[in-house]
Amino acid sequence: MAKITYREALNQAMCNEMERDDRVFLMGEEVAEYNGAYKVSQGMLDRFGPRRVIDTPITELGFAGLGVGASMAGLRPIIEFMTWNFAILAMDQIVNAAAKMKYMTGGQYSCPMVFRGAGGAAARVSSQHSQALENWYANIPGLKVVMPSNPADAKGLLAASIRDNDTVIFIENEINYGDVAEVPEGEYIVPLGKADVKRAGSDVTLVAHSRMTGYALAAAEELARQGIDAEVIDPRTIRPLDEATILTSVAKTNRAVVIEEGWRFAGIGAEISARIMEKGFDDLDAPVARVTGKDVPMPYAANLETLALPSVAEIVEAARAVCNRN
Amino acid sequence: MNFYLIRIVRKMIAIISHWLLPGYGCGIIRRLSFPNGGAMVAKQKQVKAKGLTHEGRNYSVETLHKMHDMMLYIRRFEEKAGQMYGLKKIGGFCHLCNGQEAICVGMEEAAEPTDYMMTSYRDHGHILARGSDPTAVMAELLGRAGGIVGGKGGSMHMFDIEKNFAGGNGIVGEQVPIGIGFGFASKYRDDKRVSITIMGDGGINQGAVYESFNMAALWKLPVVFVIENNQYAMGTSISRASAETHLFKRGISFKVPGMQVDGMDVLEVERKMSEALEHARSGEGPIIVEMMTYRYRGHSMSDPATYRTRGEVDEWRSGRDPIARLQKQMVDAGLMTEEAFKQKDKEIKKEVASVAKAAEAQPEPDPSALWDDIITDEIPGAYPYPRQVG
Ligand SMILES: Cc1ncc(C[n+]2csc(CCOP(=O)(O)OP(=O)(O)O)c2C)c(N)n1
Ligand SMILES: [Mg+2]
Repeated sequence: MAKITYREALNQAMCNEMERDDRVFLMGEEVAEYNGAYKVSQGMLDRFGPRRVIDTPITELGFAGLGVGASMAGLRPIIEFMTWNFAILAMDQIVNAAAKMKYMTGGQYSCPMVFRGAGGAAARVSSQHSQALENWYANIPGLKVVMPSNPADAKGLLAASIRDNDTVIFIENEINYGDVAEVPEGEYIVPLGKADVKRAGSDVTLVAHSRMTGYALAAAEELARQGIDAEVIDPRTIRPLDEATILTSVAKTNRAVVIEEGWRFAGIGAEISARIMEKGFDDLDAPVARVTGKDVPMPYAANLETLALPSVAEIVEAARAVCNRN
Repeated sequence: MNFYLIRIVRKMIAIISHWLLPGYGCGIIRRLSFPNGGAMVAKQKQVKAKGLTHEGRNYSVETLHKMHDMMLYIRRFEEKAGQMYGLKKIGGFCHLCNGQEAICVGMEEAAEPTDYMMTSYRDHGHILARGSDPTAVMAELLGRAGGIVGGKGGSMHMFDIEKNFAGGNGIVGEQVPIGIGFGFASKYRDDKRVSITIMGDGGINQGAVYESFNMAALWKLPVVFVIENNQYAMGTSISRASAETHLFKRGISFKVPGMQVDGMDVLEVERKMSEALEHARSGEGPIIVEMMTYRYRGHSMSDPATYRTRGEVDEWRSGRDPIARLQKQMVDAGLMTEEAFKQKDKEIKKEVASVAKAAEAQPEPDPSALWDDIITDEIPGAYPYPRQVG
């Protein structure tokens, strides 16, 4: 296995899928000649040409809708949003068109397509460019929401998302693009809807997705030094959620902390902790704890930005609390 | 595909008769290649013994009857829908297209069945003109199992993939980017299909429309943007909503040419739409066709339309009605008598009544349909679980 970056892994997934299926094309701002705002599509224009790698004007609602129409007509669009902050302009096409098309047409039309791009908090870019909005999409029937936390998952999940026959919201993480890890070469698929146990442990379950998976793993190392053996679970697909893996873990550890970068109110953590309460109540020895982004827009100043985001220390503290160790 | 075979055979007959009977058969024959390896030839009007000539185009008696009957069918169908709504058999929003029938029918006559079409919620007339099953359309209005989308959409969301009719969209302007997506797919596959993307005089003011004009022109997508300018968006007259009321000019900044058409004249709609389709199909990019028209009824069934005068409505209704106009042309040309038209109307009303009866006799969707058609690739072990609560 070669060690490559998260962005190269995404690139491999797209290139492999475009090699095997002519219906797949990539469209978005700066994806072609500029090689991608985050260089995820590096070299793809040279390889596939302007028919299949298409630079758009800055017109999110328009090209999201174009992708919806093209998918209804039988193509398999990959629509890149430079970041998910800008997808807010395209919300109508995602929520009112793509998500509902199959249902509203009695199964006649569907939108097999991937909307992808960088999401989550970036670094030092203030309120409009730094936010985690996966809970918006996870709320909607008709969508799948996928968020890889490492290079191998990035490759396998993106390939699976492109082959999937539904609309997939694929949220990458800007801070993770440069992460390097071993990634299987050639065709590699990670099935959607399957969580992954990133670290086995017996005392407490930490559930975290995207960039927060790394934070949870770091917290687990610290907890180990303090004599607490944490299990770290990455759902990988947010919707639909592989809750069985989470519940099995909680049945073993009897304690859980759910971590997310996004805001607390009606967030992903709210849903997961509700599910643990509904389905695993008898297994719990303590209320489920949540570590989330603070309930504020993202500030620019370095110290304030750090305060706004979840930290490894907060995860450690929450885990200690549910283990009655504070 | 059967359709292509029928077309080819028809075309061969036309070509042969053209040579055998000089003066019969006209127009340029353009060959269009299709991806399935078949070939088809663009539609052309034939001079028969009798018919009508409009601006140099000839319409056979058969074609005239077909267009007339479909316009009248739509009119009576909408009236029936209005009646059923009054009886509370149809729920929610219901937008009728009385007065706008010439657009539905003239466009369809000009288009190929393989061309894509999508519009707003004012969609009954268009889907009927495309040739979808009227009973399924009525059943959809009634929320029945045999509705064209299984009772999931109602009045606003008519779709028929077999007829290349892609809605039926309830968000004003939403179908316009989707429409250029179909055009993009057509260009991507080089299959010469045109996307007929319809919007209203209100919808034209959505930003998505201009995003779409720009991309369609930039990439020369085969799209005909049709604006049904019925002068009102709900209760807002065009002059209260649009700084530039000549909507066919709205593409100027994007180099999208436009033309204005009398949308109350089915022959003119057919003629201009044919030009527009040829423009788009030949690879020259998108074009705007502004159809001047009027809706006789309120915006939806709940709208008494007090924002306009009776005089204004009458001016269009009695002065410019598209059905009366074609009837008069046909009577004047000796192709039909008024009496025969009255008889025809009776037949159509009867047909519509029986369609409504058949639709009403259908059961409501099975409760299990609630969970159908949300996701294609269901993932059994993951929550929300397919087909169940919690
Ligand atoms: C985005 C959006 N805003 C508002 C509405 C409510 N609405 C429905 S129809 C309509 C008027 C549209 O008029 P026009 O485009 O002229 O079409 P017409 O009804 O005349 O066919 C409005 C405002 C809507 N459905 N979608
Ligand atoms: Mg209008």
